[in-house]
Amino acid sequence: MINKVFKTPNEAVADISDGATIMIGGFGEAGSPIELIHALIDQGAKNLTIISNNAGSGHVGLAALLEHKRVKKIICSYPKTAFSEVFPDLYCNGEIELELVPQGTLAERIRCGGAGIPAFYTPTSVGTPLAEGKEIREFDGKSYVLEYALKADFALVKAHQGDRYGNLIYYKTARNFGPIMCMAAKVTIAQVNKIVEVGDIDPEIIVTPNIFVQRIVEVANPLHEHVLVSQNKKYPWTE
Amino acid sequence: MAKLVANDIPDGSYVNLGIGIPELIANYVPQGREVIIHTENGLLGVGPAPAPGSEDFDLINAGKKPITAIKGACFFHHADSFAMIRGGHLDFTILGAYQVSQNGDLANWSTGSPNDIPAVGGAMDLVQGVKNVFVIMSHTTKDGNPKIVKKCSYPLTGIGVVSRIYTDLAIIDVTNQGLKVIKLSPGIDKDTIINKTEAELIF
Repeated sequence: MINKVFKTPNEAVADISDGATIMIGGFGEAGSPIELIHALIDQGAKNLTIISNNAGSGHVGLAALLEHKRVKKIICSYPKTAFSEVFPDLYCNGEIELELVPQGTLAERIRCGGAGIPAFYTPTSVGTPLAEGKEIREFDGKSYVLEYALKADFALVKAHQGDRYGNLIYYKTARNFGPIMCMAAKVTIAQVNKIVEVGDIDPEIIVTPNIFVQRIVEVANPLHEHVLVSQNKKYPWTE
Repeated sequence: MAKLVANDIPDGSYVNLGIGIPELIANYVPQGREVIIHTENGLLGVGPAPAPGSEDFDLINAGKKPITAIKGACFFHHADSFAMIRGGHLDFTILGAYQVSQNGDLANWSTGSPNDIPAVGGAMDLVQGVKNVFVIMSHTTKDGNPKIVKKCSYPLTGIGVVSRIYTDLAIIDVTNQGLKVIKLSPGIDKDTIINKTEAELIF
């Protein structure tokens, strides 16, 4: 019997080792798997490379993972958001490496990582500092830059509903990087608001096919980052 | 400015709006026109801002502000969203800028200052893939320095990508011949705009 269900976020992330490369879903807080990230902080893995569109806000979720010095490098398109305090400090002090990638290039590098395509040419960033040192090639008179696929040891994503096979559906703009990150990691761990019976989700509307998901854990009422940030909460919780 | 831009977007267009002033354009689409607004984090069909108290933080725009979705809207993941952008499927993108040069180079993601946290987002993808790249910005900096320049001094977002510039003083098209002023704002004369622009202008 196939059963990818884990009881708790802590059990789901228990074997993530030091030095792992981890994709973390989300665009800002929408789709950010905050409970899985907190479990990863509890677990203690360090020297991590994180692939994520942003670098977190306040002192919870991804920002807290950075604040606890678990991350040596972040591959990211927009590390500067409202209420992002941790990343700018670490970056200015030289305590974290940043690989800045245009958002669409980041998405395509992840998609290719999951699709067996090692590299691709894109017009994005040609003539800018982000193309410096990269191979440029002309197709039909237009210049393109060579970009390499991204893969990961683990992906942590948040979806709306899933089943024990690992089929996933998402909620509104919280879908963002989830489906492509599920494809690009050796082990994808999805937190979902609700685990339903196999067959309950209409096969016509499944967004992530179950083959791309290895572990699924239910978090019925996930925390809201903007609420925690407005209350100036820090993870681990102090009281 | 946002109203002027909104007026120039034809019925049936697919439009991406950048962060900041461009977000306001959605409020000025003239009655009777259907314009589908794309937000690169994964939605076609951005609707008006939600009523206070009914915000959903899983339904946000590229600026991470809560939005609504119109009837007929659809959600998609990031690789699809940037296939729409890079693949040339969108008609317009409206972006802010630090500088635009004579030949339509755009600088809008970094001032290049060592204290600046580098962040690029989707700007470099948008300028390469969207059919018409419109810039909306103040004509000069807060200190009165020209933002329409011969050559950008800030790091580039793209080379020769801008098609039109809307400022508080004028609407300017980027043409093969150079920057052509197609409309001056009320009360603005030729000399004023020439003085506040470093690049050559054609009238």
